[in-house]
Formats: sequence, structure tokens, C-alpha cells
Amino acid sequence: MSTTSINALVDAEQGSSLWRDAWLRLSRNRPALAGFAVLTLFVLVAILTPWVAPYDYAQQNLELGATPPSADHWLGTDIFGRDLLTQIMYGGRISLAVGFIATAVALLIGVSWGAIAGYMGGRIDAVMMRLVDILYALPFMIFIVLLMVVFGRNMLLLFLAIGAVEWLTMARIMRAQVQSLRQQEFVEAAVSLGLSPLAIIWRHVIPNALGPIIVYTTLTVPSVMLLEAFLSFLGLGVQPPETSWGLLISFGTETMEEYPWLLFFPGLVLAITLFALNFLGDGLRDALDVRGAKD
Amino acid sequence: MIALLLGACGSDEPRVAQGNRQGILHFGNGTEPQGLDPHVVTGIPEMHVIVTLFEGLVTKNPHTLEPEPGVAKRWNISEDGLTVTFHLNDSAKWSNGDPVTAYDFVWSWQRALSPKMGNQYAYMLYPVKNAEAFATGEITDFSDVGVTATDAQTLVVTLNAPTPYFIQLMDHQSTYPVHRQTIEKFGNAFDRFTPWTRVENIVSNGAFRLTDWKLNRRIEVTKSDTYWDRDKVALNGVVFYPTENISTEERMFRVGQLHRTESIPLDKIPVYRAMQDSPYINSPYLGTYYYLFNTSKPPLDNLNVRKALSLAIDRRRLTETVMHGSTLPAYSITPPGTLGYEPPKVFEHDVEQARELLAQAGYPNGKGWPGLELVYNTSESHLKVAVALQQMWKDALNIDITLANEEWKVYLDTVDQMDFQMARRGWIGDYVDPNNFLDLFLCDGGNNSTGFCDPVYDDMILQQAPRATTREARYATFQAAETRLMEQMPIVPIYTYTSNHLVQPGVRGMSSNVMDWINFKYISLDQDQGTVD
Amino acid sequence: MWRFIGSRLLQAIPVLLVVITVTFFLVRVAPGGPFSSEKAVTPEVKAALEAQYRLDRPVLEQYIAYLGDLIRGDLGPSFKYPGRSVNELIAAGFPVTAELALYALLVALLIGVGAGVVASLRPNTAQDYIPMSAAMIGICIPSLLLGPLLILVFGIYLDWLPVSGWGDMPGDKILPAITLGAVYAAYIARLSRAGMLEVMTQDYIRTARAKGIPEWRVVVVHGLRGGLTPVVAFLGPAFAGLLSGSFVVETIFQVPGLGRFYVQAAFNRDYTMILGATVFLSSLIVVFNLLSDVLNAWMNPRLRSRAGQNT
Repeated sequence: MSTTSINALVDAEQGSSLWRDAWLRLSRNRPALAGFAVLTLFVLVAILTPWVAPYDYAQQNLELGATPPSADHWLGTDIFGRDLLTQIMYGGRISLAVGFIATAVALLIGVSWGAIAGYMGGRIDAVMMRLVDILYALPFMIFIVLLMVVFGRNMLLLFLAIGAVEWLTMARIMRAQVQSLRQQEFVEAAVSLGLSPLAIIWRHVIPNALGPIIVYTTLTVPSVMLLEAFLSFLGLGVQPPETSWGLLISFGTETMEEYPWLLFFPGLVLAITLFALNFLGDGLRDALDVRGAKD
Repeated sequence: MIALLLGACGSDEPRVAQGNRQGILHFGNGTEPQGLDPHVVTGIPEMHVIVTLFEGLVTKNPHTLEPEPGVAKRWNISEDGLTVTFHLNDSAKWSNGDPVTAYDFVWSWQRALSPKMGNQYAYMLYPVKNAEAFATGEITDFSDVGVTATDAQTLVVTLNAPTPYFIQLMDHQSTYPVHRQTIEKFGNAFDRFTPWTRVENIVSNGAFRLTDWKLNRRIEVTKSDTYWDRDKVALNGVVFYPTENISTEERMFRVGQLHRTESIPLDKIPVYRAMQDSPYINSPYLGTYYYLFNTSKPPLDNLNVRKALSLAIDRRRLTETVMHGSTLPAYSITPPGTLGYEPPKVFEHDVEQARELLAQAGYPNGKGWPGLELVYNTSESHLKVAVALQQMWKDALNIDITLANEEWKVYLDTVDQMDFQMARRGWIGDYVDPNNFLDLFLCDGGNNSTGFCDPVYDDMILQQAPRATTREARYATFQAAETRLMEQMPIVPIYTYTSNHLVQPGVRGMSSNVMDWINFKYISLDQDQGTVD
Repeated sequence: MWRFIGSRLLQAIPVLLVVITVTFFLVRVAPGGPFSSEKAVTPEVKAALEAQYRLDRPVLEQYIAYLGDLIRGDLGPSFKYPGRSVNELIAAGFPVTAELALYALLVALLIGVGAGVVASLRPNTAQDYIPMSAAMIGICIPSLLLGPLLILVFGIYLDWLPVSGWGDMPGDKILPAITLGAVYAAYIARLSRAGMLEVMTQDYIRTARAKGIPEWRVVVVHGLRGGLTPVVAFLGPAFAGLLSGSFVVETIFQVPGLGRFYVQAAFNRDYTMILGATVFLSSLIVVFNLLSDVLNAWMNPRLRSRAGQNT
């Protein structure tokens, strides 16, 4: 066997035990498990909504208008007399999809970009990070409006547009992490063993830098859901009668004194999602943090 | 005791109560004015400030909207209706003490019409002989334009044709006088950019003068002591606040920071309406809210489809539920009651007939319906109307309409290029005359945007109506034209706008009219009144 | 250190140039021009307006003319506000936004560091969860909602504070600052908690404790300096974010700041104002990121030498 293949084998073994240990630690973390359970439940409900929703989401009753929670409508109705619970369930389909997919896009681009820039350093790093600076500075709104004109309105573009802004900060955080990791012994050891830079980044650097990334990601998902409401305002995103949590919240805000339930329930659902994500995120970080575990 | 405690917490006497004592009106003005040059800017917030600072030949009675003396103390119209002579008030003064003369008007109109100014309201002067030719650059010698000063107090205007509403136009900011020496002192007189309207530079001739202007914060005007009718002016000043966010504006009103709001959030209407001595003012406004049909694209090239869509809308239900009764159902483009003109009503809500029409068009019960997209600019109230109509069409005709909101400027482009099937639109009259609404749909009308073109209609508006000798005959022609228009249905009228404001109980003399026009000179404040709770 | 600062500033020049160029062409391709309005403008009027703003010239010529003006510090006339220059608009709005951002940052630091440090002292207990959850609320309540909520409670129901304005009435700066700072408080709380947790297990803290120094001194004097490093690194981007992200708060509270001008400019297609504000804000962001890196290196001696080597 060549040295490289031995190394690969060792790596693979190390890798798998790292993940296994992490899973073990995670499964002992109650808040994290609870968070995971809540998110799974939300996703399940979102998937099953067309079959389990109590009402048709578009059906209006203008004469009924906005009514507080009642036996017929558990969470009340909106100004068109539509059932709020149904609206939240359908809104969840969009918001969860946007939240998770757009964040995943941002994560993928941001983490790879930041890791490569941070690891390579020097001129490559400078060019890559200045590109990030440029994208930061461009007027976002005009950018979105243009994207829409060029590509027309569709959901794919929505994911792309959100991913396109959110990856920038991810890249910065990742780069900072990688820069400090690069000096550490285990990376230098891997370099001296002759592993390719990409392999080192993927196997050694990224897993060790995941902590802050996970924390930032859990914060990103809810803000992405709210960003979607702004993009809908620009015309990208969902069109009525479809809705999303972000839209329900922004409409609810307008009438928070007259019809507080229209704000409270969508807000509550978003807050629960945020906390669930947070507990899960913290659990994941602790589980993956080798140093913390040794302590 | 409680009041004392609260006072200690830093909450002063409400601005409104203080204003009532000092005679200062605190006015919610929508957005920050673009500027204060009467020949450059166009919007309503701008107009509110400008009418306090400047005065035209005539001004309007706030109740009847009939012209009353401004800088001109009287005027006569020649027998043939082609010559108007204005006799100026010799006590009319600029804020620096200079007299306002007929020469000022001639020069000001030259400025207002000069092509380089890019004045979007230059057309207000187009009834004047050769004014249009001068504004479009066809002629360059202003002495050919039909306005001359025979002496300092006499202005003679020659018209292209008898124009019944001409005197009314003399109250439009585009016809206002501006002070030549001041403008020339601060740059080229025919340049849009000159800083002559800044607080430290401006010279004006209205009931008030500009005393403070902080961008995006406040504009303050103070009673002018050179104004000819100053004894009638009750207010000591007005402060205008830019209030883009209508929810913020409503909260400012509620805590007594504003005497009057520019608008009111839809869902607050029932709350305010239910109040005793309600501060909510709602009155018909000279504007119509409608959807444009693109008659050059299927399926709306089919008249039956257009009619079916229009007949299927239950306008009363829409205005009473979603709009909380703040607007009135509309069945024509001209709003009712524009100086005695009553628009025809050629159709009404009729679901049965709508279904039949749709079947005739080849879509019985929505079968084979190719789909239709409605474009509207992003706004909560447009959204609400669209969502309600979407469902009405679905219920009545079993057809799907998709909604597409666009950011304002994108929407303007879409409408301008007719790159839509159906689009939201609103039109607010610039002057009180059916002509201002009906000439929208001329074949080459810049705001037509429907593809509608009917030579007979054009002939009625452009040839027959102006030749009518009496108001009745003229209105009859307009009615015939409007009937013709609505039978071809290039638009769906939805509702007539109303002006919606919150006004504190201490405000007197702010009367409602279809132009939502305020004559600040007649407003007074009752110092014994507090604020609405 | 000076070489590091110098090279970063040099790098900023091409960055700004690309930003200007891209923005310049971006706004011109975007649908809807500065003069489109609901009432159609006649061709003559449109031509006159375009001539006044050089829009009738070839785009490349406009671009070169713009760069020329820019070098002289002239950001051009505003399209939306005839008679006002973009320099003037920025000069009017920026001090207000900067003041608001500064107060917001103080609020965020106060709440964030407070919650983070308290939480880190007893991790995974109620003393951890409660302050962290409270700080977290800032993230899931957007300013669009927090602002009106605070106004309703403190401005209307309790009548303690003004509901809008900036410097017009005593206390009217409090609510906007809290609303804007709340989002960042959550980030700072997380960062300072993590930083403190890491530092408090270090040897020098153990040494300090072993010496019998009182616990509060250990935390405040020894712990904070190292534990707040991540927070300091975040300050630059945070302040930059506050400066460019204050639009919503400014609108809700009628604060006459740059954010309102900037976003309105985008809606109005006020080409020169969009460009001017973009150039101005991105220059600021460059400076703040740099400052934060320098400060970070100064606080963390281990990084100091590396900062000199890198880039």
C-alpha cells in the first residue's frame, strides 16, 4: 500500500469515528433533540398540509372578515375571512422551503468560498475576499429588480437571490476560522503528509471550523424567512393568494392593534422555529467540538 | 397627579394643543417635497406647501371650488370667449415688498412654458394662444404667445378657443408668478437647478413665507406681513411633516403631534369612525381606480370577456367590506359630480349575464380559460382589492386570475409598454372637468395604455365637445362619448377615490371638496380644543 | 502594521472602482427611469429633462464624466430633488444615521455583552437560557414589528416617550436606538457567551483564581479582555451594517437619516443619489472593516504578527 492510501484509510476511520462520537453526544442532549423534534414536526405538517389543512386557503368570506380565535377557526380569520391556521400551514411550506434551501445554498457557497480563500491566503485570498466586498456594496434592491427583469419571477430565483446575499457573511466567518486553523499542528501535519489542499480543507479544516458556522446558520434561517417577505414586496417571491410566514407577519404588523391574533400566531410559529433551530444548533456545535468534549 | 407624573417622564404638552394656542397648524404631508419651485415640481405634498407660499391670479373657494380673487381683483371674458382680461390688485406684494405686476406674470409664464424647464404641467397653459407651440419648441419668440401686460395692473390673455375651465386653471401652480430678480440672482432663470427656493433666498407672494426647511424633517411657513389679504389670515404658521409611513402618521396623530393626516390606514377606519365626534373625514375625491384591459392581447381582445370580467365584480361588496366603506363603487371613468356632470351607468353587477358573456366568448363556466395575469404596483390596498377580485372572478366565472405585483417604477414601465394583460391604474383629475378623464382614451392619449382607439370617440372629445355652446350641450356630448367608451370596456372602473384624513377637533375651516384642495388662508384653530383620545 | 493598513487601503481602490462601475450600469439598465411617472410625460419634457442630466449623451461618455466629477468630490445633482446636490443630501442625512447607529451599537453592546457574560458564568442552567433567549428575541422580531410594538407600549399606552422624530422632543432618540440595536444584541450575546466560555477555561484564569483574586475581578478584568475578542471583530461589520441597514427604523420613527434617502433613491431611480450613497457607504464599510481588524490585532497579541504577514 502506498502512503497516500494508508493516510486516506486513517482519515476515513478518524472521520467516521468523529461523526459517530458527535452523534452520540448529540443524542444525549435533550434541548437539541427537542429542537430536532419540533422542526421535524413542522416539516411533516408542511408536507401534509394539502391533506390535513382544515380549510381551503384561498376561500374568502368577505362578510365574516377578521374574527378572533373560535371553535370554527382555532386561530381566527384574516380580513378576507380566510382561516388563519390554514394560512399558517400553507405559509410554512414556503417559509420552511425558503429558509432551509436558501440557507443551504448560502452555506454551500459561503463555506467553500471562505475556506478556500482562508486556506490559500495571499493573492487568491485577497481577490476572493475583495469580490465579497464588492457584492456587499452593490445596491441590493436594484440588483433584485434587475434579476427579475432578466429571469422573470420564479421561486428558483427567490432561493438564488437570498442565497446570493447570505453567503457573503458565511464566507467571511469561514475565512477567519480557517485562517486561525491553518496554523494548527494537525493541519500542518496533513500538509507534510502530502495531502492535496482540497482534501485538507474538506477533511480537516471545515469540520473543525463548523462551530461558528452552525451558530450563524441557525440565526440565518429566520432572517431569511423575513427577507422573503421583503422580496415579495419587490415582486419576487410568493403571489397571493399564496402566502408565507414573513408575509403574514408583515401584514399582521399593520393591524396589530385591531386584529392582534393575525400577528401573534405567525410570529409565535417563527419564534418557535428559531428557538428549535438554536437548540439544535448549539447541540450540534457542542457535539462536534472536539476540544470542548475533551474538557 | 397622574398627569404630573407623566409630565415628569419627559412627555410635553402635545404639539397640537400648543399649536392651537399659538395658531400653528401641524400638517401631515405625505412625503418630503421634491422642491418648492412652482414650475418644476408636480406632486400633492409639493402643492400643499406651494399654495401657502404663492398665489395665482385667482384662488378657489374651498367649499364650491368656484374661482375667487387672488392677485387679480377681477377679470372679464370677451363676448367670443377668446380674450380674458385680468385686473390686478395693486396691493398685491412680494414678500420683499415689491409689487406683483402683470409683467411678473408674463415673465413667469414664459418660464413655465420654456422647453428647457421640463415643466410637466406646462400643458395647463396650453389653452393660451401659441403656448403649446412655444412649449414644444415650434416657435421661439415668446411675444407670439397670447399673453401681454398692457400696464402693471392689466394682463390680457388670448385663447385658442373658448375654454370654460380656463379661469380655474389660473389657480394651478404652473401659472403662478415667480420673482424674476430673485431667480436670476441665483443662477440661470430657465434652469431647474437654481437654489432660489431655499429658505434664505426665496421671495414669494402668498399668505405665508418660508421660514424653515429641514430635509425629511419639517418645512415651516409663517404668516406673511406683506400679503394683500393678511387681515383674513388666521393662522400664524403651518409646519409640514413628511409622513411616508401611514401607520407612523396615524400614531403621530393619536399622540397629538399632528392636526391633520394625509391618509389613514384602511383597517383603522372602523375604529376612528366609531368614535364620538369622529376625527375621520371622508369625502368623494376627483379620481377613479380602475383596471386597464390590454385589448390587443387575447383573451381580452374579446369584448365579451372584458364585459364578463367587469360585470362579475360586486363593487358594493368590495367597497363595503375590504375598503370599509371608504370608497364608492364606480361604473364609469368620470367620477360623479364633477361640476354638475353625471357619468352614464351602462352596466351593473350581474353574475348571470357575466357567465353568459363568458360562454359566448367560448369559455362556458371557465372551460378552456387560458389564464390571465393582473399586474399591480406593490401596496397593501392594491393587494387587498386584487385578492378580493381574484376570488370574485373565481366564484362567479370559475376562472383563475394570477396576481403579479411589481415595484413602482417597474410597474410604470410595464404599463407604459403595454406589456401586460390587465393592470391596475388610477387617475386623479388635475382640474374639475370631464374632459380631464375622457381625453385619457384618445387614440394617441399618452395615458391610454389599453390599445383602445375609436375615431368616433376622438371626434366627440376633440371636435364636438369644444364647439358646444352651452354647458348642457357639452356635457351631453361627453355623456354620449363616455357611454360609447364603457360599451367597449377597455377598462374596468372599480371605485371612486375618496379623500381620507384624520383632523383634530380644533381645526376650523378645512372644508371637504372633490379636489381635496385646501385654502390655508381660511383655516383657523380653536385654542380651547384639545386632541382626540 | 502600517504596511498592512496601507495595502488594505490600496486594495480598496479597485474594489470601489468595480462597485461604482457595476452600480452605474446596473441602475441604468434597471426598468423605469427617474422621470417615469403615473401621468405620462410628453416627449418634449422628457427630452428637456434628459438633456439637463446628460442622459442624452452616450452612456460611456456619461460614465467618464461621472468619474471625473467623482475625483473632484462632486457626486452630481439629485434627480429626485431638483436644485439639491447628492453631496448636500448625504451631508444632511449621514450625521443623523451615524448618531442613530452609534446609539444602537451601544444598546446592542449593553444588552448583548451583559446577557452573554451572565449566561457564560453558569452554562446550561436557567441563568444561561433566560438571558440568551431574551437576547434572541431581537432576531425573530424584525424592526418592522419591534418598532411599532415599542411605540405602542412606551409611546401610546404608557405615554413615556415620543412616537417619532429625531431631536425634536426629549427622549425621541431612545426607541429608534433600541429597535435598531436589538437585532445586533442577539449576535453580540452569542459571540460574547462563546468567547467567555472559551477564555474562562484558560490557564491564566485558573492562575488568577488560584491567587485568590475575587471572582468578579477575574471575570471583569481578566475574562472580558480575552473573551470579548470575537465581539470586537464583529464591531466593524456591525457598525457598517447599522449604518446601511437603518432604513426601516428611520421610516418607522421619521428619522431624517441617510437610509431613507438611499432607499427612496432606489425606488425613485435617482441615479446620482444611488451611486453617491453606494460609493459613500462602501468607502465607510471598507474603513470600518479595516479598523476592526486593526483593533482586533491590537487586543489579541497572538494575531498581531500575523496581521502583518498576511495579505
